[in-house]
Amino acid sequence: MTIPTPELDERFRAAAADEGLLDVAYDVFDDTAMGPLLVGVTARGVCRISFDPEPEKELELLARAYGPRVLRSSRPVDRLHRELDEYLEGRRRAFDVDLDLRAQPAFYLRVLEELAGVGYGETTTYGTLAARAGNPRAARAVGTVMNRNPVPIVLPCHRVVGANGSLTGYGGGLHRKEQLLRLEGAIL
Amino acid sequence: MSMAVAVPPFETFYETHKTEVFRFLVRRVGPDRAEDAFQETFLKALRAYDRLEHGEHLRAWALTIASRIVVDGARRARPQGEMPELATEDARPAFEELAPMTDELPPKERAAVVLRYGYDLGYDEIGEALGSTESAARQAASAGVRRLRKEQDR
Repeated sequence: MTIPTPELDERFRAAAADEGLLDVAYDVFDDTAMGPLLVGVTARGVCRISFDPEPEKELELLARAYGPRVLRSSRPVDRLHRELDEYLEGRRRAFDVDLDLRAQPAFYLRVLEELAGVGYGETTTYGTLAARAGNPRAARAVGTVMNRNPVPIVLPCHRVVGANGSLTGYGGGLHRKEQLLRLEGAIL
Repeated sequence: MSMAVAVPPFETFYETHKTEVFRFLVRRVGPDRAEDAFQETFLKALRAYDRLEHGEHLRAWALTIASRIVVDGARRARPQGEMPELATEDARPAFEELAPMTDELPPKERAAVVLRYGYDLGYDEIGEALGSTESAARQAASAGVRRLRKEQDR
């Protein structure tokens, strides 16, 4: 035997997380209804959900934002995995996980906090969200914040649409926005 | 002057070196003890990882940590006070005798000595691991050994 067995590999990855040595534990969920999702979790909470992930690029970004000890480890992301599955199967309407948004600039944070208050099956507009975040004329900037949402699905940027009701855009592709809104019954 | 190599995400470091580290440990302590030593090696690397200042010589660094764990394991298994003396007349001192003394060596010499005598790498491979040349690796190893002998004679 000249290579570490998968069991040994997983044992190390679990031990690394258990001992609290990771800046970010991440995993790729290959088979969700939304396609593959890469998720990242710090000691504080979920910091990343990414559609169509290019792991190499994502790992570099995570390392730069949170520290170089970025390792794939499934146990820390178990709960998020379960909640995402439940949500995507229509069995869950809200997420019960902590978030780590420390890498977000102040304006982004304000907007994302307002976004968190938009409930399941509802929609709002970029302008409304801008006003709630304290700057009614910042609709376009809010669009940028949505586009760069670090934790889509959990922070529901798919529930934000144009003033005329058009879906406008989505970081993960418009088809996914449509899929999520349909799942929630917000569109037919 | 070249730019410092950035420290890669730990995942990349681990995936790049895990097989070689495991093979090394199997050779040194056998397949049974290699499993615990493997985990210990990478946990130790992880504990130090956020203090690394650059991403150079990571292969040598990983193998050095693994070597230290082998040596520390052997020392724990041996009764107190029986650490062997460094055999100064031996042209190729056994690594277990060398390793505990290499802490004070300059990093490049230490890596060269550890890889030559502990891992039995050729100078061409050591040169590659250290990002330099075969002859520079040979020089670093022999300078390291000379320094160790001087220390011991003192």
